[in-house]
Amino acid sequence: MTDVSEETGPYFGAFGGRFIPEALIPALDEIEETWRKSQVDPAFTDELLDYQRNYIGRPSLLTEATRFAKHCGGARVFLKREDLNHTGSHKINNALGQALLAKRMGKTRLIAETGAGQHGVATATVAALLDMECEVYMGEEDTQRQALNVARMRLLGAKVNAVTNGTRTLKDAMNEAMRDWVANVDATHYVIGTVAGPHPFPAMVRSFQNVIGVEAREQILEAAGRLPDAVCACVGGGSNAMGLFAAFLGDEQVKIYGFEAGGEGVESGRHAARFSGGRPGVLHGSATYILQDSDGQTRASHSVSAGLDYPSVGPEHSHLHDTGRVTYEPVVDDEAMEAMRLLSRTEGIIPAIESAHALAGAMRIGRELGSDAVLLINLSGRGDKDMTTAAKWFDYIDEGAVQV
Amino acid sequence: MTHSGPRTGTTLASVAEAGRSAALIGYLPVGFPSVDGSVEAMVELVRAGVDIIEVGLPYSDPGMDGPVIQHAAEAALECGVRTKDVFTAVEAIAAAGGTAVVMSYWNLVLQYGVADFARDLDSAGGGGIITPDLIPDEAGDWMAASDDYDLDRIFLAAPSSTPERLDRIVGASRGFVYAASTMGVTGVRSEVDDHARGLVSRLGEAGAERVCVGLGVSTRDQAAEVAAYADGVIVGSALVRALDSDGVAGLGRLAAELAEGCA
Repeated sequence: MTDVSEETGPYFGAFGGRFIPEALIPALDEIEETWRKSQVDPAFTDELLDYQRNYIGRPSLLTEATRFAKHCGGARVFLKREDLNHTGSHKINNALGQALLAKRMGKTRLIAETGAGQHGVATATVAALLDMECEVYMGEEDTQRQALNVARMRLLGAKVNAVTNGTRTLKDAMNEAMRDWVANVDATHYVIGTVAGPHPFPAMVRSFQNVIGVEAREQILEAAGRLPDAVCACVGGGSNAMGLFAAFLGDEQVKIYGFEAGGEGVESGRHAARFSGGRPGVLHGSATYILQDSDGQTRASHSVSAGLDYPSVGPEHSHLHDTGRVTYEPVVDDEAMEAMRLLSRTEGIIPAIESAHALAGAMRIGRELGSDAVLLINLSGRGDKDMTTAAKWFDYIDEGAVQV
Repeated sequence: MTHSGPRTGTTLASVAEAGRSAALIGYLPVGFPSVDGSVEAMVELVRAGVDIIEVGLPYSDPGMDGPVIQHAAEAALECGVRTKDVFTAVEAIAAAGGTAVVMSYWNLVLQYGVADFARDLDSAGGGGIITPDLIPDEAGDWMAASDDYDLDRIFLAAPSSTPERLDRIVGASRGFVYAASTMGVTGVRSEVDDHARGLVSRLGEAGAERVCVGLGVSTRDQAAEVAAYADGVIVGSALVRALDSDGVAGLGRLAAELAEGCA
């Protein structure tokens, strides 16, 4: 497996590093060493490839969305179908890679934080597959809006802890997972679900998600006969985006767009747009853009999408933002929900609300670039988990209906 | 260099000269239950015989803290505590004749401005900063700013730290090294880990002049046990809990008991 981006950490320009208690440094060193060795060990890469093909269902499809394309200025639109992966999102790519590493390190227990629940489900899934214990931390607010994923994790045998501290969302789940990890690090691996956290997580998680971009680049060259004019992805912590972007960073003619959750609008203060409404600082182990008040206290983020509702972002994104290689723009709740409905009705594909942010952003970019353009959008997950939110948003549940 | 307040090395040396087994170091967060209330409580610690006061700066994401300190920090933030309030507390401690250091997660110092924070801490009479989520490898700006004002740099060492890490920590630290007694977060524990004694001796072998032990100490007996092999005994959650449930008077009683353990 080649690493198509040259950045291997611990720093991405002025960002990244290890802002973390000393107690965890030996564990991070062990992870880094095991990961780097595994990258060049055929026993590991063959096993990962086998699971990717025969368990996750890779390579994922590249689907041309011709009816949806009419709403994107008539550009040709291709969807990278990470929604078709086993468990329904890109998260399994990383969870599987890290679980295999954890096995190599002799760990018997996996812990994870989760927002929308997709990473928690992916981790619970690989824990079941590889016969490991699993415990997932999830903000109490998220356990309510993503109740179906809580049930999935429990069915898979994981223990789910609702976190009631702070804002009761993803950032607090991550704090709680860190506390668990420092106390149980001997037997436990913390499967961070995104390209954030202390080194080597940002580089390592990207390396397990790179497969998205490597496949998509090959597929679009085959399908469109050329590179896309623009690639688009949603950015919470930013792992589906890094996984796609990494393969195109070297293609100067390809414009790259990351879409953050604009929530109720950046001016409302209720959003998760770190690059529009945040500034550099340190959170969860790395230096990066974060939402914070003037003292540096983390500000609560807001998004209709639990998976993008995070006040920090992976440090490599901060670097790509500052260098200008990637353009980051906010997409508000209304736009994302409308794009969710539009893709459902034009293509028969129900996207996750997270991925709908990328679709809504791509609609804007398509109109800018015009009908000759070719767009590649990462459809990072499917929307089954979002039916409660969507049904309420669009008023789809009949009065008196009983949800069982 | 003249300081407006004492450094921890001086305080720890005078405790040793007085023939006591160890210094007592007490943590309280500024702003809990209010800024004035916390300052009053910290001054009470000085009066009760606590040698060094750790002034905690409440943070929205205290990843190294257990439930007692988390809840106090949340309450302080809800009441509107600001970073600058830490200097008010430090001034009051110095005026009462105590030695004050700040304990802060790094982002708050970073956002204030590392050099500005060092300048204002020194002029308020503070001795240095304990940095639970800053390792020496990432501390370039802080090394420079702390040198400019001769402030103490108190880094943490953990039972998991390798000999190479301990060398690096000892080399970067000034004042004392904070030995985390256990693998875990702050909180009251029924037993202080055996890890602590081993870590203190490993730090000594790495050349540490002074080592203070924290995480889990809550009683006079535990304090006495740690005082037998460490230069200082750090108590946090137990003091916060006492202040919360029994007020300043209860806090003073517990502090006096702990001080007896360090006699």
